[in-house]
Parts: sequence; C-alpha cells; structure tokens
Amino acid sequence: MTMQVKRPRLRFWELTYLPQIVLGLWLTFKHIFKKKFTRQYPEDKPPLYGDYRGAPVLVKDPEGRVKCVACQLCEFVCPPKAIRITPGFRPEERFDANVEKEPEDFVIDMLRCIYCGYCEEVCPEEAIFLQKDFAITGYKRDELQFHKDKLLELGGVREDSIWKWKYKGAPPPDAPAAPKRVESAAKS
Amino acid sequence: MIADLLIHLIKIVAVIGVMMTIVAYTVMLERWVCAWMQDRVGPNRVGPFGLLQPLADFGKLVLKEDVLPGHVNKIYYTIAPAITMMPALIVMAVVPWGSQLPIAGRVIDCVIANLDVGILFIFAIASLGVYGIVLAGWSSNSKYPFLGGVRSSAQMISYEVCLGLSVVPVFMQAGTLNLMKVVEYQAQHTWLIVFQPLSFLIFMVSAFAETNRLPFDFPEAEQELVAGYNTEYSSMKFGLFFMGEYAAMFVQSALMATLFLGGWSLPFAPLNAPAQTLGVGLAHIGVFLAKTIFFLFVYIWVRWTIPRFRYDQLMTLGWKVFIPLTLLNILITGVVLVALGK
Repeated sequence: MTMQVKRPRLRFWELTYLPQIVLGLWLTFKHIFKKKFTRQYPEDKPPLYGDYRGAPVLVKDPEGRVKCVACQLCEFVCPPKAIRITPGFRPEERFDANVEKEPEDFVIDMLRCIYCGYCEEVCPEEAIFLQKDFAITGYKRDELQFHKDKLLELGGVREDSIWKWKYKGAPPPDAPAAPKRVESAAKS
Repeated sequence: MIADLLIHLIKIVAVIGVMMTIVAYTVMLERWVCAWMQDRVGPNRVGPFGLLQPLADFGKLVLKEDVLPGHVNKIYYTIAPAITMMPALIVMAVVPWGSQLPIAGRVIDCVIANLDVGILFIFAIASLGVYGIVLAGWSSNSKYPFLGGVRSSAQMISYEVCLGLSVVPVFMQAGTLNLMKVVEYQAQHTWLIVFQPLSFLIFMVSAFAETNRLPFDFPEAEQELVAGYNTEYSSMKFGLFFMGEYAAMFVQSALMATLFLGGWSLPFAPLNAPAQTLGVGLAHIGVFLAKTIFFLFVYIWVRWTIPRFRYDQLMTLGWKVFIPLTLLNILITGVVLVALGK
C-alpha cells in the first residue's frame, strides 16, 4: 500500500527560506557563548571508575616479598599472549624460601596487552593487578616491554589482608639469621 | 616620479601583507568559530590562546611532501593553484581600503589603482578564478577532481551572472563604476544596503556561491567528492588552493563592505568624508577592515549553520530565482530613479 505524504503548503516567507536561515544563524550564534564541553586532556584527565581496567602490574606483599610464584597461569590465560614468564627457583637460604618458585623475569608486552584483566582474575596469589593507567606510551617498541623490575616498581606494595604464605615455613628459631627484611618500598 | 613609484610599491606590499595576514587569521577564526558553535574550544595550544596556529599550519604545509601523481598533466597541474590564487590578489588592486592619507604634504589615495571601471575590472579578473579550479580538476586526471571541476565551472558561470546583475542597481544609483566614488556617494548619502536590500542579499548569496563556500561548496563536497578538485593535491599546492579560497572570501567581503556598507565611511563626522588628517585616514582604514572582517565572520557563521544545497536546487536558485529577481530589481530601480528625476 502506498502512502501519500502530505506536504504542507509553504507560505511566502517559508518559500524564501529566509526566516528559517535567520533562526538558524541565531541558534549557532547563541552557541558561541555557551559552556564548552572540551576536556583539556593532558592537564584535565577523565574520571576513572572503580573497576577501570588499565595496565597490569606486579605487586609485593606488605613485607616486601614478590607475591608472584611463577605459576604461569596468567601467561597461559592471556588472550593476546602479552605475558612472558621465565620461572626460577628461590634460593633455599633466603628467609622467604617458603615459596619454591619466583619469576626470574616477567615481561608484559604493553603493545599487545588488551587490558582484559584475565591475568588478575586467574592469579592464585593475587600478585598481578590492573591499574588505572591507560596511557602507556613510548618512543620505541623496547620501551613498552615492561620487565619484572619495572612492573614491581609500578605496582608497589599491595596493602591487603591476604598473605597466603606469611607464616608457612617461617624460619625456625635456631636457624641462621635471615637477612634483615627489606622495608617495603611503601608505594601505591 | 620615483616617489610615486615608491608609494605605489609600498601600498602594494602593505595591502598584500595585510591581506595575507587576515587570510591566515581567517583560517584560524574559521576553526575557532566552528568550534565555539559546536560547543568546543578550538585551537588553543600554539602560542597564547593558540594565536600562532596559522604559523604552525603554514610550517606544516611547507614541510609536507609535495606529491606529484604519475597520472596528472604536469604543467596544468602545477600552475592551477597559482591561477586560483592570483585573481583574488589582483582584484584587491581596485578596492578602496580607505579614503586618503595626508602624509608630509602629499595626499595618498587609499587604493592601489583608482580605475573608473573598477567593478568591471573586478568581474573580469575574478571570473578567471574558475580556470584554476577547472584546470586542477581536469589535469588531475582522476574522477573526483574532474567532477569537482565540472561542477565548479557550471556553478561559477551561473552565479557570475547573478553577481554581475545584482550590483547594477548600485551603480545606477551611485552613477559611477568607480568604487572610490561609490563609497563617497554612500558617505554623503546613506549606505546602499538601505536602498538596495534585495541587491545586497543576492550579491551576498552569489558571493558565497562564487567562493565555493557552504551552502554552495559543491566543487569540494566532501561527502560526495572526497575533496573535489584538490583531491590529488598536497603540501603547499593544496595550501595555495586553501589560501586562494580565503583570499577570494576576503575580496568578496571587502566588496560587500565597499558596495553596500559604505566602505571606509561611518554615518557621522568626521568619518563620513574623505580624511583631511592622518588620524582620520587611519581610522577610515580601520573601519573598512572592521567591516570586511565582519563579513568574513558572516561567511564562517553561515558555513557552520546552513547545510549544503542539492545541486539542482543550486541551479534553480541561480537561474530561476535570482536572475529574474535581479532583472526586476534593475527595472524597479530604474523606474524609481526616473520618477525621482535623477
């Protein structure tokens, strides 16, 4: 069924378009003085919400120990394969040798990372977290391969209640004195 | 003799210098006004308030790679931007940008060439501008520039007629083709926009069409033609097209100010008569520039308000509406002038 669109009969002034054009000009003119919506970005950062997913980093526990135990779950779950872990053993004489393994190197390729947060979800030790940092930039590709030291520095210390192996296998009282524990590099 | 020559040279350099500066800042104003009308801020990073943006733009255009596609006709492709740019500069020669400047016992006319056939000269030269665009479209040897060039020639030829006819009543009333005298006539009587509002309206709309500005920017209609006639151009060749467009806008604005808004004059003493002192002479130049810049603002204002016409609407407006109206306007003006016994 065809439908006849009724076209309104235009009056003389409507046919000249002039009143409409003048009204349009008035509208745009008013907008010149309105409040602007532009955010001056580098100075004025956008608000980020609580569960915002930014760049992943490694964290230490409040005693300054690397929480990661090099289980490589995050490496396996990572969809873009951005994480590369070189597992290593913790020397037995260390005071924190209650954990057998720790990463010798832990590389996150920030060029590949898609900020999905699977690594944070899968981590059994709560050692990797997504931060709110969304602007990861560099001049070279190498600069965006974040290694273990850099990741730990960015992550700092996570003050939370879950210390999975704090008391497990603590050094026996007659054991040779453990090296003085490093004060946590209070960051975060 | 030498002094006259020198004065002329200085006038030419000054006019082109001021004109190109205003052209550069019109581009900046365009971006600002566009941004403000869309509730944005606009360029504000280069220099204080972004005022050095034109310099940065210029640097960018100069430093960009000048691509010469393999499929173009090299000679015409190269000269087309220059042909677009030149008419606008030449036309400025006959537009009076002030009354006169009395300096050191000399009275300097504020116009480079005080021609008695000023407006004819303007139409003769300004219509050459279409060649640059047509040549650019044709010599680029690819479809979008070609379509842009074809549209442009049709559009500019159509509106050339309206433009020419719409100002006839002005000269019937002022009784001279010399732009300097037209302004003096308006200074003594009233601005011609009061007597000839229809003439002014048609001239303004035709000027928009002549300079390929929205709502008549068919030669470079982005949504249909990529960038129209300048699709294949890059670097400073593109920059010349860009400057040519804005220089043409400047000239048309100056013309509108001269023909309809009384050029350098304001309707009260001492600004309503040719200047006797240097100060008034400079004030006249300021008034003229202010009016021209106002029209440049109107150009920008209209561009960011009115959407593009359809092509057939453009042609209908030009041939079926404006030309009969201008002819009618001429007739009525003639009848009234005869009735008043002038």
